[in-house]
Amino acid sequence: MSPRYLAKKIVGSFVLLVCVLIFNFFLFRIVDRDPLAKYRGRSKLTPEQKESLIKQFGLDGSKWEQFVAYVKNTAKLDFGRSFDSRRLVTNEIAGRLAPTLLLVGISTVVTIAIGLWIGMRAGWKRGSGFDKASTATTMVLYSTPEFFLGMLFLTYLGSRTGWFPIGGIRDITANYSGLEAMIDRAHHLVLPVLTLTLGYLGSYALVMRTSILDTAGEDYLVTARAKGLRDSDVMKRHAVPNALLPSVSLIAISFGFILGGAITTETVFSYPGLGYATYTAIGNSDLPMLQGLFLFSSAAVILFNLIADLLYGVLDPRVRRAG
Amino acid sequence: MTSTTPAPIRSARQVTWARRRLATGRMWKQLRSDRAGFTGLIVLALFVLMALAAPLIADRSELRDDSSRGQLPFRPPSGAFLLGTDGIGRDVLAQVVWGARVSLYIGLFATVVAVVIGSLVGLVSGYLKGRIGALLLAVDDFFLVIPFLPLAIVLAAILGRSPNVLAIVIGVTSWAGSARLVRAQVLTLSERGYVDRARALGGGGRHIVVRHILPGVAPLIIANATLIVPGAILAESTLAFLGFGDRQSPSWGRILGDAQDKSAFTSNAWWNFLPPGLCIVGVVLAFTLLGRALEKIFNPKLSGR
Repeated sequence: MSPRYLAKKIVGSFVLLVCVLIFNFFLFRIVDRDPLAKYRGRSKLTPEQKESLIKQFGLDGSKWEQFVAYVKNTAKLDFGRSFDSRRLVTNEIAGRLAPTLLLVGISTVVTIAIGLWIGMRAGWKRGSGFDKASTATTMVLYSTPEFFLGMLFLTYLGSRTGWFPIGGIRDITANYSGLEAMIDRAHHLVLPVLTLTLGYLGSYALVMRTSILDTAGEDYLVTARAKGLRDSDVMKRHAVPNALLPSVSLIAISFGFILGGAITTETVFSYPGLGYATYTAIGNSDLPMLQGLFLFSSAAVILFNLIADLLYGVLDPRVRRAG
Repeated sequence: MTSTTPAPIRSARQVTWARRRLATGRMWKQLRSDRAGFTGLIVLALFVLMALAAPLIADRSELRDDSSRGQLPFRPPSGAFLLGTDGIGRDVLAQVVWGARVSLYIGLFATVVAVVIGSLVGLVSGYLKGRIGALLLAVDDFFLVIPFLPLAIVLAAILGRSPNVLAIVIGVTSWAGSARLVRAQVLTLSERGYVDRARALGGGGRHIVVRHILPGVAPLIIANATLIVPGAILAESTLAFLGFGDRQSPSWGRILGDAQDKSAFTSNAWWNFLPPGLCIVGVVLAFTLLGRALEKIFNPKLSGR
């Protein structure tokens, strides 16, 4: 990977991040004429209290002064205080980050592994029974909102059969430790992970299937077959590595989608992560919290895109050499 | 040299329209022979019929949120309530048929917004190669990368929760992909001989884009629009599920949200969430099948996939 490619990608990501910051400021301070309108119990405030609130939320001074203060605070990772809990948004986010990382992380890995495998097999044997069945299944899953899927699992695998807990992240009535606590966590994670995985499996399978189909007519496959390689070796060693490239960039893009899917999935399972916090913040019209969550998830997605671009640079020799 | 009636001289316009009629007829035949796509079209027609016939099926007053009527929550399906009642005693059937109107309306309106923005940005950024083109491309990049749902949530939280605002929010957040597609097509078309000829004959930028390039990208825009609708309907149901949207006339997503809030799962009240959920899956699947069929017709390279 050439230094130029590296620099270009890093600068690009940084510019995007700055754009997100400006966009966010524009939304909350200029489009929204009265950001405090949604502050709870606003009508009972005295003028002095209102004044101090305006100061506290950085809404005093000219727009330019507000912008400078906003950039300074954001650089210090200070997104203001939640309207609802009055705690710092940064602390609220930090406290709920781990459960979401766990959920989204496991789901992403499982989704990628299964999705790519299905797409690979379906594309290689186009028109086979497996291809038809898997394409039909992925199309239906793709059309199903993940929260509906979650509600079905919650009812039929949780509430009705009692096989899995119906929400939360751990059994609060029991006092587990060590291995037992870990098993309890895993037990609570099964249904949310299953929901997110099935909800986003389709896009990976479809992209992988298409890119395997794209390699089908390539000369290097004819050569590989002419060498007398077995069909499965032609697929694994020659078709798949080339077909994987488009999936790498998809992984970055769909990370954003899975993060979004975590919002509704966590809501269905009352799973105490960032997604459930988003749902609560919507209900309370808690603008500073929503603003912080938006900035945070945008930054996470931009970071993932950068990683995918750099990975692409390492994997694809055309990019690696040309820069 | 006997007197045969000379073929009527047709204007360029008549020739073009005759050709377009022919092409439309051919497309219809292709769509008829695509089993999945045609099934999608029929399923959609049924859903539209249900939305139009809503007043005949159920009374609108059933949607009102007055728990004071003292009805029991989660009554299972019966003669009086074919699909039972929800957590506050409202008729689920009434909500589902009236919800079809809300879900389809927002989905289609959002698609129009997305297609208009996407086509404009795609056309202009593809045709103008200077600074404006580069700037539009950067804006497109921005909207492609920013995670859709958090963005839609902050926009809706600020702009309000009415159906029209929700549709605009969804439209504004989902045009980036189609702009990219249109731009790519414009770039290929700009290299074609007939565009060069129009330019050599003195055609201005606007003339070339409107008269020569737009007709060439129009089929792509239509096929792409059909594929934006399912995304828009899913987006609407997600936002409604999370609490946006009008509680007095709930969309399918809102019905699911209410069922979740009232813990329908602990009462095993399947009639409260299965019908609206299956409606979403059905409409989204139908639009996807139809869109893929249209895409194949307009872009024969894709056939066989």
